[in-house]
Amino acid sequence: MAKHKTPMLDELTKGPWPSWVDDIKGEAERRKANPDNIDYQIPADVCEDWLGLQELSYKDMETHWKHGGIVGVFGYGGGVIGRYCDMPQQFPGVAHFHTVRVNQPSGKYYTTKFLTDLCDIWDLRGSGMTNMHGSTGDIVLLGTFTEQLEEIFFELTHNMNTDLGGSGSNLRTPAGCLGKSRCEFACYDTMALEYSMVQQYQDELHRPAFPYKFKFKFDGCPMGCVCSIARSDFSVIGTWKSDIRIDQEAVKAYVGGEFKPNAGAHAGRDWGKFDITAEVVNRCPGQCIKWDGSKLSIDNKNCVRCMHCIAVMPRALRVGTETGASILLGAKAPILDGQQMSSLIVPFVPAEDPFDEIKEVVEKIWDWWMEEGKNRERVGETMRRMSLQKVLNVIGVEPDARHVKYPRENPYIFWKEEEVGNWDRPIEEYRKRHAR
Amino acid sequence: MAFISSGYNPEKPMENRISDIGPRKYDEFLPPVIKKNYGQWLYHEILEPGVLMHKAESGDEVYSVRVGAARLMSVGLIREMCAVADKHCGGHLRFTTRNNVEFMVDSKAKVKPLMDDLKSRKFPGGSLKFPIGGTGASTPNMVHTQGWQHCHTPATDAAGPVKAVMDEVFEYFTSMKLPASVRLALACCLNMCGAVHCSDIAVVGIHRKPPLKDHAVLDQICEIPLAVAACPTAAIRPTKIEIDGKQRNTVAIKDERCMFCGNCYTMCAALPLADAEGDGCAIMVGGKVSNRLSMPKFSKVVVAYVPNEPPRWPSLTKVIKQILEAYAKDARKYERVGEWAERIGWEKFFEVTGLPFTHHLIDDFRDHAYYTWRQSTQFKW
Repeated sequence: MAKHKTPMLDELTKGPWPSWVDDIKGEAERRKANPDNIDYQIPADVCEDWLGLQELSYKDMETHWKHGGIVGVFGYGGGVIGRYCDMPQQFPGVAHFHTVRVNQPSGKYYTTKFLTDLCDIWDLRGSGMTNMHGSTGDIVLLGTFTEQLEEIFFELTHNMNTDLGGSGSNLRTPAGCLGKSRCEFACYDTMALEYSMVQQYQDELHRPAFPYKFKFKFDGCPMGCVCSIARSDFSVIGTWKSDIRIDQEAVKAYVGGEFKPNAGAHAGRDWGKFDITAEVVNRCPGQCIKWDGSKLSIDNKNCVRCMHCIAVMPRALRVGTETGASILLGAKAPILDGQQMSSLIVPFVPAEDPFDEIKEVVEKIWDWWMEEGKNRERVGETMRRMSLQKVLNVIGVEPDARHVKYPRENPYIFWKEEEVGNWDRPIEEYRKRHAR
Repeated sequence: MAFISSGYNPEKPMENRISDIGPRKYDEFLPPVIKKNYGQWLYHEILEPGVLMHKAESGDEVYSVRVGAARLMSVGLIREMCAVADKHCGGHLRFTTRNNVEFMVDSKAKVKPLMDDLKSRKFPGGSLKFPIGGTGASTPNMVHTQGWQHCHTPATDAAGPVKAVMDEVFEYFTSMKLPASVRLALACCLNMCGAVHCSDIAVVGIHRKPPLKDHAVLDQICEIPLAVAACPTAAIRPTKIEIDGKQRNTVAIKDERCMFCGNCYTMCAALPLADAEGDGCAIMVGGKVSNRLSMPKFSKVVVAYVPNEPPRWPSLTKVIKQILEAYAKDARKYERVGEWAERIGWEKFFEVTGLPFTHHLIDDFRDHAYYTWRQSTQFKW
């Protein structure tokens, strides 16, 4: 017999998509039965009370979680988010329900040993519920009491050789696509860069010192699977400079129908025979591809590296061999002044381990933003307030037509005195030429 | 329950303390075939919905079976995934950026037993634990936030509407019959913890009533200047109020200036704005992050408000299905939702989707609004 009736939530056990309601109920039952005789360190009925609280929210159509409050582990300002229920008498099992962010490994590959060890900690010291993963990328352990936090941190660091992620006004846990580990499009090693950055900037990750949050994300190519251009203050997106590699025989195999276009991504519908002219040549945004019936040629000088042709014919076309990355700055969600995408600040860096040229840009931006940024101002907003020119000046990059979609539409140019010459002119000299 | 110490001594917090070690290095976790061919991949193929094959220069192949997941998951379910991975995948698995789970094997012969095992596992209510799909021209797993389940600022739930939507569009997850990939996402408030503002179809929790003012405690639990500074439209100002004969420092709010962002509540817990009648969702469409064909785009608001209708959000799922089906019917191969809307024109978008255009959909927030108005006589009847 369940502790709380949940008729509304129960409706969400129906349908084919995995039901989190059934999953929590299963966890509640496991904890009640306790087959492994675990000495639960938080109330054993945590999942039951959580279900009861959720049902209440479904009825009230309002959240029942309070503001965070300050909890954490000694010496860190980030990694734990305090959470308290606003109905603790009715649902004591979730009176405290703090979140622990655990820094995920690059690419989110795991061994079952690692995950099982994590589950062991969370059986003993937590609710048994997780988010795999949080929006920023961390492993998110949902729901524990304050006195367990240091114990969890101790076990993570001593027994699992891993660490907390970021929260608050600090560097958030970096995230990236799986890059070279399993993708032929990756233009640089995203997983290595992610690991290098997270190790180098541990202090910034754990001790909030910034005006607001700061997110790194690493995409291996312009397709942007990890959404760095939309989701990160500092977006590193793989690109290339040299010519696209072409295997003419494989192109013919696509035209002949031997290979499925787009790696078979459209197999669910009959779109007709593959038409290289309609599907590749005419769609090229640079209008730089030609097909003469037996040979594909690309005018690489006019290629904008959108990757459509490569994605359509992955067995025939490959990115160029001179690879690296572009750096873009300033993406954020609408809060406060509206949404922003990252803007290009460095068109190309080689992006080789130890990635010094990228770290140099990061550190210059941080120094500037910490000096100029207002409280709760994302770096994109600071950039908008103070100009892209200012950012380019800070990082020492020469302005380039690649930095804009088009030049300015107004001539309200903030000329500097040194560009024009002596601004401090005596009015007397002027009056010698012009009567008052 | 007796307190169990892990070895941490609160009397001497620095004793044996380990900190700032970062995450485990990724190469400890790579399946052998991935580790061996790192950076040496030639091409990939989608063999069937949810099944990828990556070919390496060495001739090696890795087969990945992708399954959807409610990202809210129990350790019991994670242990079950581990059991599957131990049985079929040498003890390795991975999660994708859209909260799918991938089971990888190094030969084609291992794929079918793995898939059969995954398909056989169901929750008591009948939903699939590991639905296979989310590749190619499909609707991959819906990225979402916390909602009423774990967040203090949401205007809607997250996992609930996501379950309802994914049930509704399930056939598009398990097949590849759309013109292109359609990325769905949900954020339970305007903070948007996921990349919702650049999704093909996005749901965003919104409030529609100005904050309540808990004058009795406001100056005790808030920094008034921070609450004032938090408002992007300068709707909040400091004021004084008399309660039980005592002067209290508090704030006043110019309601007509409020655009319900909730930033003041984030800064000041005495200004809550959640409300059953006021809260609900906006629907945005046409965003993308990829540079493929056209440049990345923001999503646009096409439905200003649908009410919260727990537990199954019927109005929300209906509108999403409506948009998805109009797109599936009308768009060209490779065309993302936003590219389709731009090609046919937004005025046609409302016609073919059957959505009403209301004054709420004309931008009136700051300078950017102007760039969305039409400075042309080029439009369609």
